[in-house]
Amino acid sequence: MIRSFRALLIRDLKLAARVGGSGVMGLIFFLMIVTLIPFALGPDLNLLSRIGPAILWIAALLATLIGLDRLFQADQEDGSLDILRLSPAPLELVVLAKVIAYWLTTGLPLAIATPLFGLLVALSPEGMLAMVATLLVGTPALTFIGAVGAALTASLRRGGLILAILVLPFMIPTLIFGVSAANAAVGGTVPFATPFLILIALSLISAVVGTVGAAAALRSGE
Amino acid sequence: MGRALRLSVNNLSCERGGRRIFDGVSFTLQAGEALVITGRNGAGKSTLLELLAGRLTPAGGRILWEGAGERSLPECLHYVGHRDALKTALTAQENLDFARDFLGDPALSAAEALEAVGLAHAARLPVGYLSAGQRHRVALARLLVAHRPLWLLDEPTSALDAASQETLRGLLENHRSSGGMVAATTHSPLFLSEPKEIRIERAKNPPPGAGEGTERSEAGEGQ
Repeated sequence: MIRSFRALLIRDLKLAARVGGSGVMGLIFFLMIVTLIPFALGPDLNLLSRIGPAILWIAALLATLIGLDRLFQADQEDGSLDILRLSPAPLELVVLAKVIAYWLTTGLPLAIATPLFGLLVALSPEGMLAMVATLLVGTPALTFIGAVGAALTASLRRGGLILAILVLPFMIPTLIFGVSAANAAVGGTVPFATPFLILIALSLISAVVGTVGAAAALRSGE
Repeated sequence: MGRALRLSVNNLSCERGGRRIFDGVSFTLQAGEALVITGRNGAGKSTLLELLAGRLTPAGGRILWEGAGERSLPECLHYVGHRDALKTALTAQENLDFARDFLGDPALSAAEALEAVGLAHAARLPVGYLSAGQRHRVALARLLVAHRPLWLLDEPTSALDAASQETLRGLLENHRSSGGMVAATTHSPLFLSEPKEIRIERAKNPPPGAGEGTERSEAGEGQ
């Protein structure tokens, strides 16, 4: 069972690193959005640093969403999903391996690259640190919630848009607490720990619900 | 696996999109036996294999899998369908290594399996560069990297040249003589020794428009 899990995790990481994989694309997309905002708003450093965490969070959310439609669709199209169903491991474990691989290639690089992108929106050093922390614990929630939508739309031809419409509402709580934790770190009346702990809780809940939900969606699909 | 393996299918029927594809399909398959499934295009041959593979749920009837202990039917079978389930960005070797680790119960190594289907030279090529026939042979090599008693093959000879068809026949007979089972859909003869044969006929549906108001334009997509 662990062998199957590891084999799938390694395969997906390899695929993301190969030509046409989603490995770097999410990161570049993230950079694009963060770069665009200052152009639209103008060079007002105070304004930028005030809304910086919100910009970074929305960019991270969109960057997570952009490759998500291929999470199960690629396997559905080439028939790999039929092989994944023959696994000695339960489908939940298969989903978990795929989602973790996806997060390692999108969410994790985003969180690590945030200090660099924080410069573009004039974040203070403690603000950058808070952003790294909130993205690190918050992006798993986005990925797991998105996985349910990805599983539901796996067999649809143009599932990307439906996927976004389906899962975006469910990402709102994560966005609220992610941004408020990052804002709390740079000042404000709420202590950092309160929204941060809720954010962790959201990630843990969606890890369970997302895994079971996506596996159920794949089972009932077709 | 102490007891003898046995797959028995009893009065199986399948519906897709509200239409009956076939009904009343029954057969049994024991260790060493082969089943050849024939029928017209769209009769539901592939659908039958997908039911056995657990991809679809039957509308009626039973599939019994005995003698494998706690392992369910999907954990005991290989499925090679029309879609080859290979990742084009990975090499043939990497695809097979993945299947070997993922499916459990490893048998031949990826290199040996590729050798057996005559593709040893292509091991390090990304599958995207291979021809349709070669890709199909890589998919067939997957049968050899993990021990699984039941092989479900959907038109295994398609895209294969005469020599490869002969290799495939050898692989199937080998598998049978070591106690495995094979169920294959086909249009061309497979030249297996003493296979069981069943023919799938499309179930009689009420003529379109007779019972229901809307006429369905799409024919069943069982193939």
